[in-house]
Amino acid sequence: MDSAVLELEGLCKAFGALKATDDVSLTLQPGEIHALIGPNGAGKTTLMAQISGAQAPDAGVIRFRGQDVTGLSVAQRARLGLGRSFQISSLIPEYSARRNVMLALQARQGHSYRFLWPVRHDRSLTGPARAILDRVGLGPRASVPAGVLAHGERRLLEIAIALALEPACFLLDEPMAGMGTEGVGRLVAFLRDLKQEAPILLVEHDMDAVFALADRVSVLVYGRIIATGTVGEIRANPEVRRAYLGDEEPAA
Amino acid sequence: MVEARREFILNAVIVLALFAVPLWALMAGEPFIISLATRVAILALAAVGLNIALGLGGMVSFGHALYFGIGGYCAGILAHHAFSGTPVAFGLSGTNQMLVIWAVAMALSGLVAAVVGALSLRTSGIFFIMITLAFAQMGFFFTLSWPAYGGEDGLPIFVRNQFPGVNTMRPWELFLLAFGVLLVALVVFAMLRASRFGAALMAIRQNPDRAAAVGISPFGVKLTAFVISGMLTGLAGAMMADLSRFTSPAMMAWTMSGELIVIIILGGVGRLCAPVLGAAILVGFETLFGGWTEHWQLWLGLVLLGVVLFARGGVIGLIAGREGHG
Ligand SMILES: Nc1ncnc2c1ncn2[C@@H]1O[C@H](COP(=O)(O)OP(=O)(O)O)[C@@H](O)[C@H]1O
Ligand SMILES: [Mg+2]
Repeated sequence: MDSAVLELEGLCKAFGALKATDDVSLTLQPGEIHALIGPNGAGKTTLMAQISGAQAPDAGVIRFRGQDVTGLSVAQRARLGLGRSFQISSLIPEYSARRNVMLALQARQGHSYRFLWPVRHDRSLTGPARAILDRVGLGPRASVPAGVLAHGERRLLEIAIALALEPACFLLDEPMAGMGTEGVGRLVAFLRDLKQEAPILLVEHDMDAVFALADRVSVLVYGRIIATGTVGEIRANPEVRRAYLGDEEPAA
Repeated sequence: MVEARREFILNAVIVLALFAVPLWALMAGEPFIISLATRVAILALAAVGLNIALGLGGMVSFGHALYFGIGGYCAGILAHHAFSGTPVAFGLSGTNQMLVIWAVAMALSGLVAAVVGALSLRTSGIFFIMITLAFAQMGFFFTLSWPAYGGEDGLPIFVRNQFPGVNTMRPWELFLLAFGVLLVALVVFAMLRASRFGAALMAIRQNPDRAAAVGISPFGVKLTAFVISGMLTGLAGAMMADLSRFTSPAMMAWTMSGELIVIIILGGVGRLCAPVLGAAILVGFETLFGGWTEHWQLWLGLVLLGVVLFARGGVIGLIAGREGHG
């Protein structure tokens, strides 16, 4: 277990009296999809924000590939290979889908302080950008400004940007939110492929998708992880059923 | 694409007009008009600098007069010591060579921009505006109370500084010099905007969180842009001092900072030739209505209001449409 790609240890974060993250420890192992589920307001996004560096934890340690990254900035963590997608699409609105992906590629290459050569003619950006957009199915929409894309397309562009970073792990915050059944189905298949490239920490509300995809599931309630286990274990866990799954499923 | 072609043609027309009007004035024997065109070119240069910070980077600096003034005082002080034969400081002598003066002006304004930027770029919105204004006001009051170089009376440049191969006392030649530097600055702006650095900078303006999430630190990129911006405006300040053969605290006044912003908003924020068109409109208003009514700024203000309300992309946006980023 010491080969974990990502390891959280005793993470705490409070907003005033509200404990949004309460002594959270979890690991993300190579090759797995680790789903993080929990009711609205449980603290999933807050936890993702601490992993990506957007928020600082009050206590605890975040280790990424063995390195303590707790004190690093968002950009530094991204450069180390933490690829994050946002729950609410966060794109460069005036840039086309292609330029959004190209920006991630140039950041990945680590060369943003080049002042002369025009990006538009930079084949080390345009070629890979096209391939990535094709892969997520946005190829025909490559020239459309991100701000004009439909909701589902913006979700896909979030994924495309994460792909462009070739991260060592993916942090996906509700990638399926508002995507419609057909879109969800395609994304499930896509993520199942994607985990071959890098493990995924997946926050998701769609339980069918979670149970179809996850190798392990952690259940977050009021900032605490009340259970971690395989899909089968989580479904059978009485505490989880009481606190979260409710009457959704009759006892087996 | 149609918009891009239209903007290209419009830009060509703007730049050619700035060249053609003083050329006509030269042939018609109207040196005053040539000087006006030179003034437009230099103000445009200063605004090209601001357009990098404000237009590309979204940094609403309300203190770019600071760099303009630093450039102006570099020219004034170096020329003053060259004229009197006294050292500036530490045994360094003055100079009347524009190339040296420009280098000093750019280095010094770049340095000050680095300090101001480092202290202000972590803030945004109204705080950033107020901090940049505060620094410029510090410069303004400093020069005001600096008796060695004229204090509030300012500092005259008795003999215009020199440039190899150019007779700077001839209005047409001085214009060509300013026009040439402006063209170089426009090319620099266009290349910067099209480059990876420009892509990062404009992305940060639109969504700094996204830029950081892909691994681009907003602070470093913005600071670099802010320094380049200050350097260009500082260069313009040095040239303006030579055009008017006078440096004064007014160059650092908040109204000067405001004028630069007005120029860019009039032309169209972030647009390549916005500084040229905006500066031409400003100088045009000042000249046409300045002699006729004290309140020319009021009329300009009304035009500005109209642009802000009805033409968010400035005059260039009105004619050439929205800007695309491919
Ligand atoms: N910046 C903040 N300031 C104060 N409270 C916050 C902040 N961000 C989140 N919260 C609160 O923390 C709790 C967890 O929120 P969040 O992480 O968004 O939950 P989830 O993503 O699981 O729905 C919620 O009660 C939310 O209101
Ligand atoms: Mg959330």
